[in-house]
Amino acid sequence: MIPRHLLIGVAALLVLVVAMGIYLRHMRRQAGELESSAANALPVAPPASGPTETVTLYVADDDAGTLRARSAQIPLPGGRQQRAEELLRTLLRIYQQPGAAHPLAPASDIRSIYLVDPGAAVIDLNAAFADQHRSGILSEQLTVNSLVETLAVNVPGIQRVNILVEGKTRDTLAGHADLTEAFDVLTIEQAGGQ
Amino acid sequence: MRWSSKGWWRDGRLARPAGHGRPALHRTLTNHISAILLATVTLLSAAPSADEKHISVFSPVAVYTLPVLERRGSEYVGLLELLEPLGSVSSQTDGRYWRLRYNAVDAEFAAGKTHAKIHKHDFDFTAPFLIENSRGLVPLNSLSALLPRFLGTPVNFRESARRLFIGDVGIQTSFRLDPSNPPRLLLNFSGPVNPTISTEAGKLRMVFKRDPVVSPGSQSISFDNQIITHANYSENDGEAELDVAANQPLMASFSNDRKTIVISPIGVSAVQQPPATPSGVGPGRQNPAPAAPAANIAPAAHRVLAVVDPAHGGEERGAALTDTLAEKDVTLGFARLLRHELEIRGFAVTLLRDADTSSTLDQRAAAANVARAGIYISLHAVSQGSGARVYTALLPVEGTSNGIFHPWNAAQAPALPVSRVVSTAIVTEMQKKEFPVRASSASLRPLNNVLMPAVAVELAPGADGVADLTSANYQQRAASAIADALVSVRDRLGVQP
Repeated sequence: MIPRHLLIGVAALLVLVVAMGIYLRHMRRQAGELESSAANALPVAPPASGPTETVTLYVADDDAGTLRARSAQIPLPGGRQQRAEELLRTLLRIYQQPGAAHPLAPASDIRSIYLVDPGAAVIDLNAAFADQHRSGILSEQLTVNSLVETLAVNVPGIQRVNILVEGKTRDTLAGHADLTEAFDVLTIEQAGGQ
Repeated sequence: MRWSSKGWWRDGRLARPAGHGRPALHRTLTNHISAILLATVTLLSAAPSADEKHISVFSPVAVYTLPVLERRGSEYVGLLELLEPLGSVSSQTDGRYWRLRYNAVDAEFAAGKTHAKIHKHDFDFTAPFLIENSRGLVPLNSLSALLPRFLGTPVNFRESARRLFIGDVGIQTSFRLDPSNPPRLLLNFSGPVNPTISTEAGKLRMVFKRDPVVSPGSQSISFDNQIITHANYSENDGEAELDVAANQPLMASFSNDRKTIVISPIGVSAVQQPPATPSGVGPGRQNPAPAAPAANIAPAAHRVLAVVDPAHGGEERGAALTDTLAEKDVTLGFARLLRHELEIRGFAVTLLRDADTSSTLDQRAAAANVARAGIYISLHAVSQGSGARVYTALLPVEGTSNGIFHPWNAAQAPALPVSRVVSTAIVTEMQKKEFPVRASSASLRPLNNVLMPAVAVELAPGADGVADLTSANYQQRAASAIADALVSVRDRLGVQP
């Protein structure tokens, strides 16, 4: 004979399981709707066009072990987020040129940049950026500093920057530079850009 | 099914609320929630307690644990559950008889009887066979004789510890104490092990829950050593336990594909004895062994513990310096050389790894913090650039201390000013030796997580290219400069109590 309290407990749990199942189905449907509507609503990145502006790029130099400020005139789109993305893509193109002083893999790209008020930015790199990055403290830190400083100088108000890879937190860029914490812009500037 | 209390399920139908509207709805909801809470409490109270006994079964095909039941003053275990992971098994209850078929072996048991038929042969239990909820329960102390009838292989049942070994699965243990300074206890196992390791005052405890580790012969082994004194082996409730006693805090690291555990003291002094010859910096290389600069040896009262951390290790190879040379190998050789250089200058030195073993960054930081080291040095290597780079943590400097608690990811902040002093000293000494060097900051773990002054040194190639990274002379110059730098700032570093 199965004890009565056990039967009661099992019955209660069955009810809970059914209720949770219904709730889960409801939530999944809702999430699916949100996802599809979000996908439909994603803006298509406009080609970089618009008035040409002078920006300051902080370009890494492996031999010198420092960042060098370089002025560039580039067309920037109107939106703050699109401007930030175009800015860093311009920086990447410098690193992807043959003979670059701080070479990055040709497939390296910025997936997106999110500007979160107050003062936070999230740079989402693609997998190739991190997977094909050269391993070493100096090389990795120069990359981080270059991205952070270029963004902070040209997009006012940014105080800290997080770096993700394929939308996820990654322990290190290529085995050394810690990506689990936000980078404090002031601290990087005080460190002299390396 | 009928509930005696009001509400929920009544006469086989879902009960309707007594009235309509919000009060009735609230009452019904309250009843439902009460019923669920009651059921949850009931189930939780029926959950296994921490005092429940277990039997651990180790076989070539599975390692598992089963609950042991106390009935009529004897310990019992379910026979079907015991045999299920080992082969094809089925059972059938027919009144007071319980029939079981395991692979091609048929057996019949009778409830309350000590006699059974197994494969047409008689078998006698030491206590009556029991049937509970269609489960056949057999007394534990009959397993040694019972199981070979089904399995056809010998079993070794350690009844007092409730550990059952089926076939030749036992992992043998041997001890070897390396009496060098610091002493190291090497536990060698005949198979890979994965114990739970914990430390307490004067003891390092390893609990083997899923490893068929067997007694090393003697339950207690004494070592002729003043630091690591003895080890005890014990078995209980399905687990084996090895305790290593010492009069200093111990740390353990794995090597040899988890077949060896190396136990060594954290933060032992190395000044009382002549320094050991370093183990080498790379394949086929011989280290120079310079004479100790006697004038630099610190008096015992000013000993500083240096924790040297060869970065990476094990599966984590670090940067690929060449097609065949991994960063982890260069850092280990460099660390051994640096240990030697520091020891001859009177520092106590602990390497966070002294073999090709892996540790997480958190484990490395924790080991340095627990050791209360005076200085932490992380060693790296890279194939680009030239000379060396010295890094301190990329953190804002804290103005005041937050007491005894420190945020883990900024634990280094209070020590950062002294870390920068150390970094500057290393740069100065390297420049004296005409070694190209540069100092900067990096967001590098575990640098951020250690409480004491901490630097990372990244060794880059010299004039001869990447070959320099394994050159004893090249590493010697760098290690000597680092050691000289630490001597010059020794007064700023924490002193071992």
